[in-house]
Amino acid sequence: MKITREQVLHVAALARLSLSEEETERLQGEMSGMIDFADSLKELDVSGVPPTTHAVPVQNVFREDGVLPSFDRAELLRCAPRHDESCVLVPRVVE
Amino acid sequence: MDIRDLTVAELSALLAEGKLSSTEITKAYLSAIEKEDGFIRSYITVTAEKALSDAAAADERRSRGTPLSPLDGIPFALKDNFCTKGIKTTCASRMLENFVPPYTATAVKKLEQAGCVLLGKLNMDEFAMGSSTETSYFFKTKNPVDPERVPGGSSGGSAAAVAARLAPFALGTDTGGSIRQPAAFCGIVGMKPTYGRVSRFGVVAFASSLDQVGPMTRTVYDNALILSVIAGHDPMDASSLPHPVPDYAASAKDGILDGMRVGLPEELLGPGISPAIREAVLKAADVLREKGAVVEKCSLPRVKYALPAYYIISSAEAASNLGRYDGIRFGYAAQDVESISELYTKSRSEGFGWEVKRRILLGTFALSSGYYDAYYKRAQQVRTLIMQDYDNAFERFDCLLTPVAPVTAWKFGEMSKDPLEMYAADICTVSVNVAGLCGLSVPCGTDENGLPIGAQFIAKPLCEETLYRAGAALYGR
Repeated sequence: MKITREQVLHVAALARLSLSEEETERLQGEMSGMIDFADSLKELDVSGVPPTTHAVPVQNVFREDGVLPSFDRAELLRCAPRHDESCVLVPRVVE
Repeated sequence: MDIRDLTVAELSALLAEGKLSSTEITKAYLSAIEKEDGFIRSYITVTAEKALSDAAAADERRSRGTPLSPLDGIPFALKDNFCTKGIKTTCASRMLENFVPPYTATAVKKLEQAGCVLLGKLNMDEFAMGSSTETSYFFKTKNPVDPERVPGGSSGGSAAAVAARLAPFALGTDTGGSIRQPAAFCGIVGMKPTYGRVSRFGVVAFASSLDQVGPMTRTVYDNALILSVIAGHDPMDASSLPHPVPDYAASAKDGILDGMRVGLPEELLGPGISPAIREAVLKAADVLREKGAVVEKCSLPRVKYALPAYYIISSAEAASNLGRYDGIRFGYAAQDVESISELYTKSRSEGFGWEVKRRILLGTFALSSGYYDAYYKRAQQVRTLIMQDYDNAFERFDCLLTPVAPVTAWKFGEMSKDPLEMYAADICTVSVNVAGLCGLSVPCGTDENGLPIGAQFIAKPLCEETLYRAGAALYGR
């Protein structure tokens, strides 16, 4: 399947990535190649085959809903590129 | 005696006898790293100061007669996608260039609780996406066997460090072959345990239904020793398995395979495999026969579809996992942005390298409206079929023997032009992750250029002991 320029730009917008003109063109070719390769999956009959999301059957793992110490706020805030004493800072979202 | 030639088992024995101290071992490795790693370039970060103080503490415990474990005082190194509290964890990406995690991964914590001494953090493909460690944001790592060639990937720094005797052992991660393939390229032993066998808490996520942690060592016995320490259930990783952890080292000892049934899948010994590798694997089969195994041909008729299924599933899961890098809570943040959406887009576009972007976009495409059924869901259905192929094979066989890769280590730049060519090199390893099995890579000879060849053993979930028995029979303990 040939991936169009519009498809590349649409997917990039969904993934929050911006691409230069050159990158868009390169990706159009590379993604078309990869999708062609993935199209070989269509050679197999999968009707009625259940999908596997997870190779080992571990399901519904629960734990006691107990109160446990969590991370130190100051320590976590230090990871944030922009923060003040108690909050992570982002550009204004509401005027 | 050169300290760096000793295996983990030998170091452990000498430490117990008081003939060697952790400080001596740690100093030998740190000075080797200082002298030789400028050329090999396996380490992104060396934690020399902490290593020396941890080694001194281990010696102190030994002198009081209270070692934490038989491994107390033995140094090791980590692929740089294991979170280490207070120590930079970069994932070889600009996105995490300055990230200092507030916690430590469970597998690492277990090694620390056993007294192991961290030497540093190792190079890798960016976010573990690649087969040669060439996608690292920082630098390329050389293959110690031939410095003009790649060490494999994505755990290429781990394989190179262990092979070059710059660490006694290392941990890697394996999503489609990232432990086994670099182990094969550098001539060491690498284990991809059963999905869920080792906790992934604190390991930077790539593809969550495939990722697994494993040891990279110089011997089969060392590998088993380390897996016994890091395996087991972890309440912090809901996908980790509750099954008890056996003494893996006990099965890596005898090298006798009385009646073990070994299958040779003909699809993975066909025309795509280089002749030298096919020959080496068939020779390995003969060695196993001499040790008492029954080796017969078998078939995994749909195994070639594991590769496209793997690239769809892993890219889709990566697209989702890497959504967290938004320039807000941690990691790289772009400067001079006016809106929050510009912050997201600019941070991600500047922070991720090309291979990572390509996979995020492929994965986003496979999950997007109108293509989900044709690609993502179909890949998951094919996954079921591949598991059936393996189930059928394991009715007749205890384990399977295949090459690790269809080629030996390639030269820098040789494979980076066409992504499909590089992806094809993963044909022998990806199906093991897709089916949630365990796989062990052990050296089994060299090609005409003297480059190491790896043999891969594959077994059912939780049958790591079978792999260690077979591996020890082939390569010695």
